[in-house]
Amino acid sequence: MADATRAREGDWVEVECKLLDPADRSKNLPPETAEKPLMMWVKGFAQGGAGMGEELTIETMTGRKVTGALSAVNPGYFITYGNPIPELTHVGRDLRKQLAAYRVAQGGER
Amino acid sequence: MATKFDAIMARRGEIMRKALGMDYSEFELSPIAFDYERMMTAHGYSLDDIVGIQTRAGVGNTPLLELRNITDLVRSISEPGKGARIFVKDEAANLAGAFKDRRASVSIHVAKEKGYEGVIAATSGNYGAAVASQAARNGLKCIICQETYDSRKIGQPEIVEKGRICEAYGAEVVQMTVGPELFFHMVELLDVTGYFAASLYSSFGVSGIETLGLEISNEMRSLTGADPTHVIVTHAGGGNTTGTARGLKRAGASGTQIVSASVDLSGLHMASDDDFNRKSFTTGHTGFGVPFATWPDRADVPRNAARPLRYIDRYLTVTQGEVFYITEAMAKLEGLERGPAGNTAMTAAVSLARDLPREATIVVQETEYTGAGKHHWSQLNFAREMGVEVRAGDPRDNAPGKVIVIPEAIEQIKANDFDVARMRKSYVRNALKNAPEGYAPTADDIGFLAADTNSDAAAVEAIMAELKEA
Repeated sequence: MADATRAREGDWVEVECKLLDPADRSKNLPPETAEKPLMMWVKGFAQGGAGMGEELTIETMTGRKVTGALSAVNPGYFITYGNPIPELTHVGRDLRKQLAAYRVAQGGER
Repeated sequence: MATKFDAIMARRGEIMRKALGMDYSEFELSPIAFDYERMMTAHGYSLDDIVGIQTRAGVGNTPLLELRNITDLVRSISEPGKGARIFVKDEAANLAGAFKDRRASVSIHVAKEKGYEGVIAATSGNYGAAVASQAARNGLKCIICQETYDSRKIGQPEIVEKGRICEAYGAEVVQMTVGPELFFHMVELLDVTGYFAASLYSSFGVSGIETLGLEISNEMRSLTGADPTHVIVTHAGGGNTTGTARGLKRAGASGTQIVSASVDLSGLHMASDDDFNRKSFTTGHTGFGVPFATWPDRADVPRNAARPLRYIDRYLTVTQGEVFYITEAMAKLEGLERGPAGNTAMTAAVSLARDLPREATIVVQETEYTGAGKHHWSQLNFAREMGVEVRAGDPRDNAPGKVIVIPEAIEQIKANDFDVARMRKSYVRNALKNAPEGYAPTADDIGFLAADTNSDAAAVEAIMAELKEA
């Protein structure tokens, strides 16, 4: 298993860059946004070796070279569905029942 | 001192002109007015040409389904004689899973034809997947700029999923923290790469949606013998409403009412780092719907092709909890497991159908794909993690960013009418504010504002007089 904390040349990685300091940001932002820098992450192939947080140049899928701090090696996607929502689990059962009762009252299935 | 941001934005006009491959100044008529119809047709493609482009692109001709179970369910709670028939255009059946494929197919066709090496779009929505998919088919490079994370690098799961699908289609995905400067970076990338700007708001993209209106009219005529009495559109930036309505008109469906619908996100700030992960909806909401309708030219093109006030007859809002409830019901009753944001119009349709006669026909004109991250369960679980309360109850108690209230019964679903007259007034105010100081609008300008708000000169003059007084 590859080391997840170190990038080797050619690894698929993600780097982090600061695009704008708070002082350089757009005017009219709400304070909680204005006080933070605008950050950016992009993925590509490592052009050398680096440890986490160390400067690294990558080549992206379009062939651009981007230099930033190494933020992930072989970055994944950890989105899920999660547990069923208790406030919704009954909806299908109840509505099917309501629909069946309506159709019976209307004179049976159409 | 000029910042990096100011420096790029000062060159924005020149960069965008090159990246769009067209000069918008030729459509300008005055500091207020421009020739909208000429801009929309300047690309030279007929509706038939666009149908051809989309057929080759694997886009369009999606199934139109009658929702008999939802219709009867609505009738079960309606007064006698009420309960319109509900149909849905299953746009999730498009190549990349949403109606946005219609927009992207035309933009990418143009980019390819004009000889660009790649395309760039700033979008956190399904449009990214559509552009990435079409770019892949056409051998074009693709960069998608997304607003993905809050300042703690917690990603909104729906946008993380959209980033994943763009990367699956081979796009470079540039993911950013919250802020409108997403557009600044997009302009910077257009400057560096010389790629085509596949803007959501160009005439190419919006023309691509006209085929949706055309298909709806043709299919309803063959199914029911007539155009639908109502078409209901999930409304965000306004392209969906504009393109669909234009397509219906071109098909001759002049009697069809155009109803737009958005999720009510009032109280949440769209540029707030704190609110970003408490919205539970990344599109189809009033946070885009209202500002873009009342000032379309805030978009990334000099003149926005999406001008919904020209076409909207009614604008309905629904709550977050109501949309999640209907999304669950759609899966269980109609076998359609689709994304929640795309079911916004469906939710409003349930409320609208209840108030219409049984003979009326409502077409909900889109669905979108769903999956981990986009799914309504994902969003509700994430909302809870972000400290938003989720509970069952009366949807009137729903408070965006604070509490999502899931209805306990379908009877509780009730859309609200948003005041379209107020939006027209707000649009006129913005148009005047954006003209040079001291500029006096001419009769032609007033005519343009009337057309752009689907009203008349007298109505625009009355608004102007009222604004002057205030």
